[in-house]
Amino acid sequence: MRFERYGIGIIKGLMVTMKNFLRPPITLQYPEEKLITSRRIRGNELVWQVSKCTGCATCAKSCPQGNIEIVTHLGTENNYVVDKLQVDTGKCMFCGLCVESCPYEALFMGRSYERATYRRRELVLSKEALELSEDRQPSGYFYPRIEVLLPRQTLLLYWDREDGQKLCWFPWRKKANRGRR
Amino acid sequence: MALRTEPFVLNIGPQHPSSHGLFRLEVTLDGEVVTGLELVLGYLHRGIEKLAEGRTYIQNIPLTDRLDYLASMTNNFAYVLAVEKLAGIEVPERTEYLRVIMAELMRISSHLSFIGFLLNELGAYFTPLFYMFREREKILDLFEMVCGQRLTYNYMRIGGVSQDIPEEFLPAVKRFVAEMPRLVDEYEQLLSGNEILLARTKGVGILPRDKAINASASGPVLRASGVKWDIRKVDPYSVYDRFDFEVPVGSVGDVYDRYWVRVSEMRQSVRILEQALKQLPKGEVWTKVPGLLRPLRGEVYGHIEGPKGELGFYLVSDNSIAPYRFHIRPPALLNLTALKDMVVGWKLADAIVIFGSLDTVLGEVDR
Repeated sequence: MRFERYGIGIIKGLMVTMKNFLRPPITLQYPEEKLITSRRIRGNELVWQVSKCTGCATCAKSCPQGNIEIVTHLGTENNYVVDKLQVDTGKCMFCGLCVESCPYEALFMGRSYERATYRRRELVLSKEALELSEDRQPSGYFYPRIEVLLPRQTLLLYWDREDGQKLCWFPWRKKANRGRR
Repeated sequence: MALRTEPFVLNIGPQHPSSHGLFRLEVTLDGEVVTGLELVLGYLHRGIEKLAEGRTYIQNIPLTDRLDYLASMTNNFAYVLAVEKLAGIEVPERTEYLRVIMAELMRISSHLSFIGFLLNELGAYFTPLFYMFREREKILDLFEMVCGQRLTYNYMRIGGVSQDIPEEFLPAVKRFVAEMPRLVDEYEQLLSGNEILLARTKGVGILPRDKAINASASGPVLRASGVKWDIRKVDPYSVYDRFDFEVPVGSVGDVYDRYWVRVSEMRQSVRILEQALKQLPKGEVWTKVPGLLRPLRGEVYGHIEGPKGELGFYLVSDNSIAPYRFHIRPPALLNLTALKDMVVGWKLADAIVIFGSLDTVLGEVDR
């Protein structure tokens, strides 16, 4: 293929490169800086509220993987006591169908997403590892009443705004530094 | 003494950086020119069609996420439409609009990653890709806001969507829609006039109109060959008949046309998004559908225009809670069958580019 004026397109393209070179970066230094995730994040764990659970095992039936194990026995006050609730998060695909199916609002998606472990068996979460606690808070997935309490998600769309998240490289562009968290 | 020559068989793959998944291309070479081509598929076969027969209708929605994992939302959409057709479920109007908004955002995102990876194959290693990924990231942020995950969304439900959109979603999409045309212009300035790109793509890998139809290619590959065939126009599903948009059609059917058709489609998607956001009604997003749905005996084929072509689901029901047969018509597989017609006669470096221009995702081909 022949061109009459070779190089015009490349120069036009380099103008775009130059424009992008002069703007502040939109990436983040991950382990030090972190974005606020979505309020509805389906993190890599489940949160179980033991006081509300009746042991009906609807979650186990709705799981596409058959991944939730639940064993109950009949308690004294005409209720079921959950002996064993076990979720293998190595097999779980975090589709959220168990949370949606729970009729007693006892199961939630978790918010943590840094769940790498050294051993596969550490991924199997038992009753104690699922229970609601200070450091294991539910996400707003499928529960609008929890969703409104959570912080707003940082969006890349607003990266150049004041509510954006990025520190500018260039000290003379102080305006962009204002939004730093 | 005459020099003795013989054809050389070269395996491209199974691991290849530009193919999404595992896939082997057995190429017969005469010097540098491709004389024969054999596709070896099945490295990513997970048996999704069989798995789906053992699960209830709603449990199959997460499975469809794993087909074409760069466009999960449209897979959900196609499956859910097929089940609704099978069971005769009407969905609320707001849901229809939300689904269209999600599908069009997904189309933009899929085309962006296509352009990035095509340029990767041309040798512009990862720089253009990250221009595209910047915008794709914005779309993934929006999806994360709506359904909590960035790759396997599992958002659509039979009879609705899983949840209504949060209040900050609409302003964010409006901002995205407002800035996207400018960014498409930026890509065009960066790429479309670039002499190296033109020299590598213009006239390369031509797929003539009749061969494209014979191979039952669909989507941008078919449209680049000059056939005006878009299921959103010829068989409107959901509320697509209410929007005003054009179907971009290529003229020659070469790699450049396939690139150009997708860039133009992104502009049209933005147009659809603008109209959908304007018309979005208020109301419910969910109709009452039993958790264990038992459609009457029957069979149905539901299809939509996915980012890669006609994505269809053929379902047979025997009045039980799981489908009796669950068949997928993947657009990428049928587009791949036309690859031999395009590649033979071109050099090896062009073969990679031609393969890249089909936008194949192997999760969908092998399923």
